[in-house]
Amino acid sequence: MLKFVKYFSLIFFLISSNLVSSAENAEKLLTTDWTFKGPFGKFDRASLQRGYQVYQEVCASCHSLKYMSYRNLSEEGGPEFSVQEAKAIAANFEILDGPNPEGEMFTRPARLSDKFAMPYANEEEAKSANGGAYPPDMSVLVKARKGGADYVYSVLLGYEDPPVGMKLDDGVHYNKYMYGNKIKMPAPLSEGLVEYADGTSATEQQMAKDVVSFLMWTAEPHLEQRHKIGFRAIVYLIILSILVYFSMKKIWSRIETEV
Amino acid sequence: MSEHNYQPKSKFGKWFNDRLPLLTLANHLTDYPTPKNLNYWWTFGGILTFCLITQIITGLVLAMHYIAHADLAFSSVEHIMRDVNYGWLIRYIHANGASMFFLAVYIHIFRSLFYGSYKAPREIIWILGIMIYLLMMAAAFMGYVLPWGQMSFWGATVITNLFSAIPLVGESITTWLWGGYSVDNPTLTRFFTLHYLIPFLILGLVVLHIWALHVPGNNNPIGIDIKKPSKDTVSFHPYIVVKDLFALLLFLILFAFFVFYSPNVLGHADNYIEANPLVTPAHIVPEWYLLPFYAILRSIPDKLMGVIAMLSAILILAALPWLDTSKIRSAVFRPLYKQFYWILVLDVLILGYVGAMPAEGLYLLIARIGTAYYFAHFLIILPILGKVEKTLPLPMSISEPILGGSLNAEPARSKEDFQKL
Repeated sequence: MLKFVKYFSLIFFLISSNLVSSAENAEKLLTTDWTFKGPFGKFDRASLQRGYQVYQEVCASCHSLKYMSYRNLSEEGGPEFSVQEAKAIAANFEILDGPNPEGEMFTRPARLSDKFAMPYANEEEAKSANGGAYPPDMSVLVKARKGGADYVYSVLLGYEDPPVGMKLDDGVHYNKYMYGNKIKMPAPLSEGLVEYADGTSATEQQMAKDVVSFLMWTAEPHLEQRHKIGFRAIVYLIILSILVYFSMKKIWSRIETEV
Repeated sequence: MSEHNYQPKSKFGKWFNDRLPLLTLANHLTDYPTPKNLNYWWTFGGILTFCLITQIITGLVLAMHYIAHADLAFSSVEHIMRDVNYGWLIRYIHANGASMFFLAVYIHIFRSLFYGSYKAPREIIWILGIMIYLLMMAAAFMGYVLPWGQMSFWGATVITNLFSAIPLVGESITTWLWGGYSVDNPTLTRFFTLHYLIPFLILGLVVLHIWALHVPGNNNPIGIDIKKPSKDTVSFHPYIVVKDLFALLLFLILFAFFVFYSPNVLGHADNYIEANPLVTPAHIVPEWYLLPFYAILRSIPDKLMGVIAMLSAILILAALPWLDTSKIRSAVFRPLYKQFYWILVLDVLILGYVGAMPAEGLYLLIARIGTAYYFAHFLIILPILGKVEKTLPLPMSISEPILGGSLNAEPARSKEDFQKL
């Protein structure tokens, strides 16, 4: 029995260490005290609400969140704005709807059921407005990068002067953590860029932490539920295994063989 | 199952069973005499059945919400993750279930290699197993394409391009597979269809696999033939059932850990970027369970030869019962084979590791040595080993660990050796 567990974990370790080592990044990523990490990880509501503010005031002019709806903002496990607040947020955006009975397209204020308003009408417009680079949709951005939240956090804070001898084209910026170290997005955050309603001081680190937490939530809106169910499932499985183990011992005691 | 004289007790049962002997089958499955010394490595058969059924059930639910269209596939997966009730759970079980399935199948295969379960009279079970494994790889590969992320698209491009290495007709075959001149919507829809079909083919093969198993019965850690039923056997129910269940629960704890706490660690981050034919990812890497074969493919400079080597690496397993010339099954009694066995395990792990690394410099050299050794193990070491190895004496039976037992087939040891004992 013990031997079995030993081998099993050995094989498992080999596989996982293989994966981990292949995922290593050249530059050690910055990190912060994420609240959503670990088996009991949860989002910090206030941080997500501030993160939404940063997204809306800083990122949203170029980056879409096309898989998010305004109703998500008031759903459990997210920033948990009240329904009234979420409605008010949605009403700030104009959405193209139609056609109406006359066959005309029209705009109207967004409702809870609408997807987040897009900054550009299409990819071409987005590219032409951004010097040829397409600002990626950020709905699942955190999951779409090796290093996840740490990576996005590091890129946000990784703007530096290029090392001597490195020549950068116009509109290209040096970033310590970006793959290839070149990024078309200018440094998006600067001290005091947003004014937090709850009085939190808007340092670069604070804004980066808040917006990355928010993006972690948009990438994994059911993270809290997953952690909660997971804990119960594993406790249940462990208790059941113990019960089955003793049943097995009892049943096998009729036979002169160890299990 | 002709040896069964089972008679149902009820009148209706007898009437039914005379027409369709399902009750005889159920009785056979419950009473099925199983060696009592099976260790936990033998529990993976049951675990694999569980994995297959889990994949089929979660896959059915996913298919109800998934849209197989190049423009909609990615967003339909996000729809499942966000808006379908417990869609995230179903999808994470399905995606990690594939990895768990392969983890279990590799343990199952290497258990067979260690205890010589592929040897006579179990060759057909083994070959059916290899066919299941091949279909699993096909299903897993096509399943990975369905979310239509970057790795889906480029993985599909790389793998389907392998067929273009076939002389003369290669290009036409690739075009035919794609349903066009590149991986595109027609490729996605056919992969979806096949991905839905293959699990049921696997299920059919699993039935044959188990049927073929129930003819000679299980091999066992000592690898000797045993009388069935006898003191050496226990009935499948409740003894093996409860043991399999216990092992399955431990396996499920590991499974749950991945699903709930690291659902994306076994996948590739690039697959959360929607497929873009104009942008190639920096490294195109298959899922971890295909990495050893990927390393073999890339270790050969010529494309056609690389494809042949990769395919042979799997197909050579089908010839294993005849390549291994030793009549002794279990490595427990084969001191030399035991060492070569662990070298092979290490070799496959190393191949898996270099498969994840860029094919250049030292990695490429290691991949080449690893590939050469892999084939040498089956083509040179095993045939010779069976002839020269001094095996240890076999016990008479499982219950009586008295030496001097033998197999129905002649053991590799000579009669004089036994007399010396």
